[in-house]
Amino acid sequence: MIKTDILIIGAGPTGLFTVFEAGLLKLKCHLIDALPQPGGQCSEIYPKKPIYDIPAFPEVLAGDLVDNLMKQIEPFQPGFTLGERAQTIDKQEDGSFIVTTNKGTKHHAPVVAIAGGLGSFEPRKPPIPNIASYEDIGVEYIIRDPELYRDKKVIIAGGGDSALDWSIFLADVASEVTLVHRRNEFRGALDSVEKVQELKNQGRIKLITPAEVVDVLGDAHVSGVTIKQGEDTFNEPCDHFIPLFGLAPKLGPIGDWGLEIEKNAIKVDNSLDYQTNIPGIYAIGDVNTYPGKLKLILCGFHEATLMCQSAYQRIFPDKRYVMKYTTVGGVTGFDGTKKEAPKAVVKAID
Amino acid sequence: MTDIKITITDRDGVAHEIDAPTDMNMNLMEVVRSYELAPEGTIGICGGMAMCASCQCYVESDHVLPEMSDDEQAMLAEAFHVEDNSRLGCQLHIHPEMDGLRVTLAPEE
Repeated sequence: MIKTDILIIGAGPTGLFTVFEAGLLKLKCHLIDALPQPGGQCSEIYPKKPIYDIPAFPEVLAGDLVDNLMKQIEPFQPGFTLGERAQTIDKQEDGSFIVTTNKGTKHHAPVVAIAGGLGSFEPRKPPIPNIASYEDIGVEYIIRDPELYRDKKVIIAGGGDSALDWSIFLADVASEVTLVHRRNEFRGALDSVEKVQELKNQGRIKLITPAEVVDVLGDAHVSGVTIKQGEDTFNEPCDHFIPLFGLAPKLGPIGDWGLEIEKNAIKVDNSLDYQTNIPGIYAIGDVNTYPGKLKLILCGFHEATLMCQSAYQRIFPDKRYVMKYTTVGGVTGFDGTKKEAPKAVVKAID
Repeated sequence: MTDIKITITDRDGVAHEIDAPTDMNMNLMEVVRSYELAPEGTIGICGGMAMCASCQCYVESDHVLPEMSDDEQAMLAEAFHVEDNSRLGCQLHIHPEMDGLRVTLAPEE
């Protein structure tokens, strides 16, 4: 069991800066993120895009902002659980929380700060009315174990990189691979498009374009799909149907934690400390909502700062803390480092 | 000219003729949000980076619009309910030449 003072869900800019503000209060932090690296969207989606509204940075690349934040919080030695999604939360008798990830890693903390941004990125599900009833019995949105498809008939839908890449890969594994795409053009890497063309010419991949899967067929397991091509509709037998339409941001399991949700975001008390309707759970950054909310990185930094002051009072109700400026108090890391302004030299003149 | 007229048909089929400013660096998705023509949280989810297609719309008039970027094309290649006249509202910056534009919001995914 990982124990910490503040458990932060989401390692984007807001989550990372929380480590710094908590560190000034001598509070240890641990971060959970579904992505394999810290930085959230900044690292995953637009690391090379410039951001222009970070104070004192006329222009900074999103990836560089994350690098700087990581350097800034280094003295506070945060822990990371990366590549795992916060799945469940259990309130303990003493008011603390145990958060378990989808891989079973348990974390214990008196305070949980949700800094999940837009949420976790979940597979985009096509609007096929009965598709949900076939999930895990032949419909998979993510390929976890390619061996599942060995010597099976597979239909993949989509026109991006993942649809192309998996079609190529499964051509060597499955007994039959059919790729269905709404357009004749594919938007993937040129190499992949050419490879699919080659495999099609060799008869190892069947291509159906422009077409859409409109129905899933089967009973206890998927047995086929219905495909609409122009005005024609026909059934195509298969053992697995794999729609690969990329990822879309969703609140994910956090939405089932009993938190008050409004407009796909977590409602917080912004007049005080960004606490949710469950005492001890805070929500900061893009994931929260309140009257006048602005989804800006700099607002997330502000919210993180106020939240940490409240978290301190929750963890140490009997202690008084007076906010100090870093210019006065310096920064003392948990790694023994200390940054402080040089002392003035006082020397008498003979 | 600072305002142009745009007709936006919402997801309930109701047409709204609205004034869209050309001098505020807004895009069509932001205009839809500012007039609250779709519930908050259902449009512009990604913030306008062509990442979610929640602002997809069908262009009904014959205005000449800016060409699609690679990002917009890639998103629309993977989005649902896509038609030949689909565009992402977040990629259409309000411009005087758009005066009289008519669009319909695509269904929510």
